[in-house]
Amino acid sequence: MGTPSATGGYPAPLPDRSVGDGYLQHAPGYVLNDGPKLITSRFVHEDSFTLKRSVATGGYEGLRAALEMTPAAVHDEVRAATLLGRGGAGFPAGVKWGFLPPGKHPYYLVVNGDESEPGTYKDRLLMERDPHQLIEGCLIACYALGLQQCFLYVRGEMALAQERIAAALNDAYEAGYVGRQVCGSDFSVDIVMAWGAGAYIVGEETALIESLEGRRGMPRLKPPYFPAAVGLYGQPTIVNNVETLANLPWLMVNGSEAYKGHGSESSPGTRMFAVSGHLRRPGVYEVEHGVTTFRELIYGDNFCRGIRDGNELKMFIPGGGSAPWFFEDHLDLPLEARPVGAAGSMLGSGAIVIMDDTTDAVRAAWRVVKFFARESCGKCTPCREGTTWLEQILRRILDGEGRPSDIDLLLDIGDNISPGPYPVAADDGAEAVPFPPRQTTICPLGPSAVAPVVSTIRRFRHEYEAKITRRDPIPIEVVPVGAAS
Amino acid sequence: MTLSPANEALAGEIIGWFPRPRSALIPLLHLAQAQDGYLTDEAMRRVGELVGATPAEVKGTAGFYEMFRFEPVGTYLVNVCTNISCLLWGGEELLEHACESLDVEVGGTTDDGMFTVEEAECIAACTEAPCLQVNYRYRGRVTPADFDGLVEDLRAGRTGIAGHGVLAQVRQSIPAERLAGVVPPEQAREAPVWLARNEAGASG
Repeated sequence: MGTPSATGGYPAPLPDRSVGDGYLQHAPGYVLNDGPKLITSRFVHEDSFTLKRSVATGGYEGLRAALEMTPAAVHDEVRAATLLGRGGAGFPAGVKWGFLPPGKHPYYLVVNGDESEPGTYKDRLLMERDPHQLIEGCLIACYALGLQQCFLYVRGEMALAQERIAAALNDAYEAGYVGRQVCGSDFSVDIVMAWGAGAYIVGEETALIESLEGRRGMPRLKPPYFPAAVGLYGQPTIVNNVETLANLPWLMVNGSEAYKGHGSESSPGTRMFAVSGHLRRPGVYEVEHGVTTFRELIYGDNFCRGIRDGNELKMFIPGGGSAPWFFEDHLDLPLEARPVGAAGSMLGSGAIVIMDDTTDAVRAAWRVVKFFARESCGKCTPCREGTTWLEQILRRILDGEGRPSDIDLLLDIGDNISPGPYPVAADDGAEAVPFPPRQTTICPLGPSAVAPVVSTIRRFRHEYEAKITRRDPIPIEVVPVGAAS
Repeated sequence: MTLSPANEALAGEIIGWFPRPRSALIPLLHLAQAQDGYLTDEAMRRVGELVGATPAEVKGTAGFYEMFRFEPVGTYLVNVCTNISCLLWGGEELLEHACESLDVEVGGTTDDGMFTVEEAECIAACTEAPCLQVNYRYRGRVTPADFDGLVEDLRAGRTGIAGHGVLAQVRQSIPAERLAGVVPPEQAREAPVWLARNEAGASG
C-alpha cells in the first residue's frame, strides 16, 4: 500500500457545523432531530444547566412524585419500566438494585461519570447540559433504595462538566433539593462530587470504587461480581451510569407504562448514541431504543444523512472501542442489545464509529489497540503484556517490517487474552458467536483490545498480507551438544 | 510549596464530605496541582498527612493517574486527540502541525514555558473531530489555521482559560446546616428513617 490514508485526505474541508442544520451552537455535537426527547428535552435552551431553567421546565417534579410514593413502590416502577443500564453492559437497573442485601446498612450510590470509551460521549453532554436532571435521578435512586450517600464521580478531563455539576449541587443544596430533609421530608442525603485524574480503567465499576477510596484505580478480583454485595468501604453499593440515572425523572413523572410506550418491548425508552467518523452529519442523537436500525441512523435524513462525499461504507464500530466491528451486512440490525449480541458484538456505550472505503483497516485497528495498550492497568499479565505485543506487531506491519507469521501471532496472542472462539460478526459463512468473550483477565479491557484485531483480520486479511513485506526468519536447527560426534 | 492557608481550609472541608479521609486523596491532589501547576513533594507530603497516607502511598497513587504531574508543564497543556474518531478526520496530522508550529516534540514544552503538547486518548468529543483540549477545555473541528489562531489567542490571554492545574472554576460547597451528615460506615448501621415508610405503606 502506497499511502496509508486512514484520514481520507485531511485537511479536507471539515463538515460544516452551521446552526439550523440540527446542530446547536451552545451544545457542540448534539443534533436536535425529530423524535421523543426523554432526557435531552432541555438541550434546546442555552441555560439548560441552571436551576431556574430546570425548575421552569419540570425539574425536580419526578423527585416530588417519588416522595409521594413509598420507596419500595419507586423501585417497583423502575423494575416495571425495564430500564436497561446505559453504561455498556445493559443490565436492567431495577434488577441490579434488587441485589442489595437487606439490612446491611449503610448503602451507597456511586455515579459512573468516567466516560472514556473511545467514540463515546453522551454522559458528558448530560452532565454539562442538564446537571439537575442527573442530580434528580440520583435523589430518586437514593430514596428508593435507602442509599445514605451519593458520590458523583466525573471524569478528570471534563472540566466544564465538573464546573456545571458543582454549581448545580450548590444551587440544589441551597434550594433544599439535596442534603438535610429534602423538600421538607424525612428523606436526607448528601451528594458529593468526586473526580478522576485520567485513567480509562476507572470506568470499570470496581476500579472506580478503588479510585473513590483514594487508591490506584485497578479492578477488584471477582467474585463478588456486583458491588451491590461488597462495594465502597466494603458496603453494599449501587454503581449506575449517568444516562441511566438521567432517565429516572421522566420515568417518575410519566410512569413505567408511558416509558414502555417508547422503544421496543425488551429495550424500552430512548438511548443516546454518539455517531462519529466519516459522516455527513455526525452527532449525538437521542434515538428510540430497539426500533431504529443502524442503516436508518447512518443514512436517515433525520440522523447522519449518509457517508461523506458519497463514499461507500467499509466498516463500523457498533458500541465503542471495545466492541467487535460490523460491516455492511449488519446495517439492518436494530439498535437493540440482543440482536447485536447474537451477531457477535455489542451496543456497549452507545458509540458508533463509521469508517468509509478510504480507511486503512490495519491502521484503524492499530489505533484502537494502541489505546488499550496505553490504558491497561497492568494488574493481569495477559492484558499488560498482550496488549503491548499486539500494538507493537501492528506497528511493525504498518512500518513495512511485518512477517507472514505475524497474522497468526496476533491471533494467538488474542487467544491468550480471550480463549476460544472470539465473538465476531457472522460473515464469510462464519458462525456468529455472541458477545462477551471468555477472558483470562479480571476485567474486559484485555479482550477489548482483541476485538479490532480479530474483526479486521477476518474481513480484510488481504490488507494485512499486502502490507507484510518481510520474510519470516529462517529457523535455526539447534544441534544438541555431543550429538554431532 | 506546601498547601496555602486557603487550601488547608478547603482541604479540611472536602475531607469532611467523605466517610473515610483517604477518599479525599484525589480531590486534594487536584487542589495541590491547581495551586502549583504540578505536584510538589511538599504538597504531596502534606496531603498524605491530611488523609492518613504515607508519602510513598500518595506518590504511588498519583503516579497511576495521567493528569498528575511531578514536574512543571507549560502554562497551557495542549492535548490533541488521535484516537479512532479523530484519526479518521486528521488528528495525527493536527498533532504534527501543533508540534511543528510550536517547534516541540510530542510531550515537549516550548522554551518560554507557555505550551506543552501531548497526544491524548479519546476526550469524548468524537463528532467534533479532530479535537483538542487546552487545560481540559475543548476545541472542536480544529483546522491548522484554527490551531494557529488559538495559539495567538492563548499568548494574548484572550481565552479565559486558567493556567495548568485549574479544572472547574466553581467548587462544590455545602452549608453546614444543609449537610445531611457524613459519618464512617461503622456509625451508620441503622436503616435510614424514610425506609420506615415501606412498613407504614404496607400496613396502611
